[in-house]
Parts: sequence; structure tokens; C-alpha cells
Amino acid sequence: MSVHDTLLHRLKRGCETMAYPKGPAPALPDRHGGALKVETAKCTAGCSACVTVCPTEAIARPTGKPVALDLGRCIFCAECVKVCPTKAITQTNDHRMAVRRREDLVLGDTAKEQVRLAQALDEKLRRLFGRSLKLRQVSAAGCNACEADTNVLGTIGWDLGRFGIQFVASPRHADGLLITGPVSKNMELALKKTYAALPEPRIVIALGACAIAGGPFIGHPQHHNGASGLVPVDLFIPGCPPHPLTILDGLLRLLGKLEERR
Amino acid sequence: MRRDTPFTLLTNGAALSWADVSEWPLAEFLRNVNAELDRGERLISFFGVPEGDALRLVAVLAFDAGNTLAVGRSQPFTGSFQALTRTHAQAHLFEREIWEQHGVVPENHPWLKPVRKDHGAGPAVGDFFRVDGREVHEVAVGPVHAGIIEPGHFRFQCAGEEVLHLEIALGYQHRGVEEAIAGGPHHSTVYQMETVAGDTTIAHATAYANTLEALAGTEAPLRAQWLRAVALELERLANHTGDLGALAGDVAFLPTASACGKIRGDFLNLTALLCGNRFGRGLVRPGGCPLDGDAERLGRLRERLETALAEVQQAAAWLWDAASVRTRFEFTGQLGAKQAAAIGLVGPAARACGLVRDVRFDHPAGWYRFAQVPVSVWPDGDVFARARVRWLEIQRSGDFLREQLDAVPEGETMSPLPALAPNSLAVALVEGWRGEVCHVALTGADGRLRRYKITDPSFHNWTGLALALRGQAISDFPLCNKSFNLSYCGFDL
Repeated sequence: MSVHDTLLHRLKRGCETMAYPKGPAPALPDRHGGALKVETAKCTAGCSACVTVCPTEAIARPTGKPVALDLGRCIFCAECVKVCPTKAITQTNDHRMAVRRREDLVLGDTAKEQVRLAQALDEKLRRLFGRSLKLRQVSAAGCNACEADTNVLGTIGWDLGRFGIQFVASPRHADGLLITGPVSKNMELALKKTYAALPEPRIVIALGACAIAGGPFIGHPQHHNGASGLVPVDLFIPGCPPHPLTILDGLLRLLGKLEERR
Repeated sequence: MRRDTPFTLLTNGAALSWADVSEWPLAEFLRNVNAELDRGERLISFFGVPEGDALRLVAVLAFDAGNTLAVGRSQPFTGSFQALTRTHAQAHLFEREIWEQHGVVPENHPWLKPVRKDHGAGPAVGDFFRVDGREVHEVAVGPVHAGIIEPGHFRFQCAGEEVLHLEIALGYQHRGVEEAIAGGPHHSTVYQMETVAGDTTIAHATAYANTLEALAGTEAPLRAQWLRAVALELERLANHTGDLGALAGDVAFLPTASACGKIRGDFLNLTALLCGNRFGRGLVRPGGCPLDGDAERLGRLRERLETALAEVQQAAAWLWDAASVRTRFEFTGQLGAKQAAAIGLVGPAARACGLVRDVRFDHPAGWYRFAQVPVSVWPDGDVFARARVRWLEIQRSGDFLREQLDAVPEGETMSPLPALAPNSLAVALVEGWRGEVCHVALTGADGRLRRYKITDPSFHNWTGLALALRGQAISDFPLCNKSFNLSYCGFDL
């Protein structure tokens, strides 16, 4: 290919990076469904159909209490949506679901029908990281789906670099850690050492159902059911794996680069 | 079909009674396996089944030329057995695994060490093969790598820039997948099968569904088998395209790298069009495929497929046209056909060594019984060959999908799954994008899964990467590694 061909091709293609977040967000696939919403007022007394079908024990209904759905444990199979006789659990088609506090992923109670979206970092950290956030990624028994859809953010369509966010090759160069996987026992030491090697102040992001709570392998003795027990987590991004748009939304929200709030 | 074998024969995706599986005393069993391997047959699964305090060994062989599989088992024994690895290197990891999982010792195994478990000190702690001498130094890389990649440890023995030996220590990703299935299938099992290797969701889920369907004495409806094949080829297209881009990136050829990164996503989005998830979660279930696509949806798929195929054609054309790429790809990380056969290499890596080996062709099951994909082979065994085989497969998968989407079979996509037959064994092979995915299921008297053995293609192929690095400059490791692009979690289970 000659230089001439390259230039001609580039001219023809134009800019391939999406307009988002200045323009509208690309649509999720129509069968994706997005975040879930729980309206416990619609629940029938004594019904626990959703609890039984959930493969990751993400839904509980203790006697006398309303249904509680933990979006952190959820792998978005939507079995609960299908079995619910009163449509108390529904899909919102909303890609936004990253939160700052673990408890904000638990849906069900009054005023907690949907996730309470992540607040930005405080002013001081935003001044530090707002225009340049370098992340070190540790996969700790991730299945390579969360990893792959994080990698996607580096491609021309998403171009994570335009927000000053970059994945770096050493924890010493990093401002934060992005963890995928349920954290196998065999990765515990490597994860702790990586965290210790990050200069302070540092942030930690748990990406995907596994890193938040163990995912499809929840409760296995070979891992830690996610990262929270080992390092303090500042941002939780649910999904199995989260759609790239969900990941980007989480990162931008953390840096205070998205206006809308819920 | 071969009749001159003492092993019990079956085909891909079939089940048989456990009592009908040929059984011999341990020494005779090992002799028989050895004899088949001497004839050039392949060991596709080799594992232990506990019987009280004793252990049985089970070997599953592939007779590729006869399009059949063969299975045999030993009588229960305790203590140790003579390692097959002494004569057939392809058994080496299987025997280490048997030792690790059950404690029986493969006698005279040349390199007996754990496969996954840390035994208290971390997977990469312990003996590594060492080269001594002036100028010789050791380089240790990992488990955490410089990118968004799964963890593993690489230990190089180098003289200057030249790699004399590479030893790969894995196990960091061990999640206990096989233990979790025991006593199942459980409610969570199918979701776990989809994440054995997250980028190979369709292949592993299909292999799992095939074993259960065989044990239940049923088959998924034809339209579901068709849908699984369509999804499997989309999975191959996405990953092969991503690999071509990453290989281009590793030799700093950015036009193809940028384009393929995007096109890979376009293919993933086609899978998402079918089931909502870019990796195909929820698409395959024992009994069929729960989500069907109507004509309108399949029409959209056909249209977007055509666009993506045209774009990848362009991106690949730049790659093959560049002399700078050719010089970097050719003669790098070479592996000979003889060595590849000896270590039991599978998938595109094996076909890039000239081995004609493809489950879709040798052991067709599901929709591949009715629609064929030609086997893509290249003889040289180097990075160029591995890239080239991927490109050939992209084109052939594309043609296959065009053909399939133009003649969609009618009918249901889900059927109920009857109870699993007790005391039965089923074997399912699926040609995933990395190669042969093998699932073996054994039920107990209660019709529950007593033993479930998964062999990801990476289990065979990591050794291929280690051998390909010999005599290479250490700076070419990323390029060689990418040309194999193996799974860590699929290996570590």
C-alpha cells in the first residue's frame, strides 16, 4: 500500500470515532436489555419465582421483606424478568449502571428501584485525574470477556485516549487499578502487590460481575468472590461483561465528565 | 471406520453406556493407548475417575482419518502408573494434571510439576528448567502483564537476545470449573460453561449442550443446530479479525491494526444482534437455542455481515501487501509439522504447520454434518502461516455464513431436555476459533454428572508456543504469543 492509498482511504473514511459523549450514545443491541429496575410494590405476596431462577443468588426475598436484587451479582441473564408474573422486574435498556458504593447496586426498596449512578470523585482528585487518568489492569481469573470489552475502548470507534484515560504497563505509572475476575486465590498475592505498588492517591475500579461479587462462580472456594475483600473499591461497573458503553459511562462519570445525574 | 482396535468406538456428540467402555488392567490399558498413539492417532482427553479409594484412567482418542472417536479405561488402581509421556509428548500435561488432581504418580514422567494449583506458594514458585553458562541469563515475565491481558508467568532462558528455552507456568486463573460441575448439572452450570473461556462462549456452550443432549438421548432441533453453527462462525470471524489486527499492531503496521480493532467489534455486534450479548451469552442452551431470529433480524445480520466482510477484506489486503510485514512475519516463531503432531497441537496453529486437522471436517457434528467448511492449511509453521490460516478461515467462514443465511432452515429452536441416562459417557468436540474444544461427561447411577472433563485447545497449544520461541529473539515473544493467542482461563479452568 502506498502512502497515497493510505491518505486516500483515510479521507474517504473520515473520522470513525463516535460522537458520544458530545452527541447521543450509540444504542445498545435491542436484545441487550440494559440495567434492571425493581418495583416491589408490584410483587405478589409470597411469590419468589425470581429468587429460584437466579443462577447467581442475586435476588433475595427474606420473609416479610420486599424483593432485593443485587445488580453487582447479576449476570443479566434476564431469567427473573421472564418469570415475574407481575412485571415487577423489568429491563430499562439503560446502559448506565456504574456506582460508587456497593450498596447502591442493591435494588428494591423505596427510592431504590434503579441504581444510584456514580458520583464524580471529589474536587481534589478530579483536579489530579480529571484530564489524565492512567490505569493498570489486573485480570484476576477474568474469562477474557471483560478484558476484551475494555480493550475495545482503545479502538478507533471509542478512542479512550481523547478523555486522557490510558492503560499503562507498570503500576508505578498508574493512578488507579482496574480489576476483572473474581480474584482467584492464585492471583491474590499479585493483586495485592500491584495495589501496593501504585503511588497514592489511587483509585480502584471493579469491572464486571466477577470482580464485584464472584459472577457465575459465586461461592467457589478457589476465589475471593470479587475484589472488595482485598482492596478498597471506588467504582463498581456491573455486567457479564459490561457493554463497552457501560464501562465508558462509568469512567466518565467518575471523572465528572458527564452532566446528567440520577 | 477402523475395526482393528480394542477401543470402544463412538462418534462426536454420541453417548454410550459406561459398562460398554473397553476395560483392561492398568498395564494393558497403557500399552493399548501407547499402541494407538504409535499409529499416529491423537489423545484428545485423558483423565482419572475415582472409584472409592482407587482411580481409573480414561483415555479418549481421535481417529481423524476414520472420522471416529475411541474410548478405553483402566481397571481401578492405586499408587502409580508408567507415564505415556516417555514415548508420547502429547500426554505430558494430561499426566501432570492426573497427578495433581488424584495423587497417583506417572512414573518416569520427565517433568512432573503442578499444572494449576499453587501448593501453598503460588503457581510460578518451584523448579524451572535452567540453562547454565557464561552469557546465559533468565528473564521472568508475569503473572501481571503490560496490557489488558489475562495473567500467566513466562520464564525465558536466554543467551544474549536469543531464547534457548521458554517455560510457561499457568494456574493463576484457576476457578475450579470442573469441581463445580460435579453432582450437576446445577442451575449455574450453563452460565459457568459460557465463561470457561469468555471469548469462546459459543464453542464451550455448544460442547456442553451436545454432551447433555447425547446423555439425554435427544438432539437439538435442526434450526437450533443451524443457529449454533452461525454463532460459532461469527465467533471465529470476530476473534480471527482481532488477531490479524493485533499481529499487525505488534509489527507497528497501524492501518490494519486500527481497522481490524473496529471490525472485530462489528462482528461481535452481529452476535449481539442475535442474543443481546457480544460474546453470545444466552444463545446456546441444552435442548436448543432459546432466542430465535425472524427473517427481518436475519436479513439485517446478512446485510451487516457483508459490510464487515468487505472491510476486513480491505484491511487484510493492506497487510499482505506490505513488505515490512512479510519480513517480520516470515520465519518467525517456526514450528515443524512433526513437532506439532508430537505435542498434539490443534486448531489454526496446527493447520499453520500443514496438519490437516479440523473438527468440522474430521468429526462433523450438529449442522456441520450438512454444511461443510473447507479446511484451511498453510505449510510453514511460522507467524506468517498462523496469520495466513486465520485469513483463509475468515474468508471461508464468511462464505459459509453467506450460504447459510441465504437458506435458513425452518422449525423450532428449543426442545425439552429429557433426564440424563445414568452410568453413561458422552464426548463432544467443537472446532472453536482456537481449535478443538473437548468435553467429556460421565453420569453416575443417579443420572447426575459424576465427572466432567474439559479440554480447551489452549491445553494442547501452550507447549507449541514454548517450542516456537526456541532460537528466537526474545523481542519477538509478543509477536509469537499473539500468533497463537491462547487462553489462560480455558487452560486454568
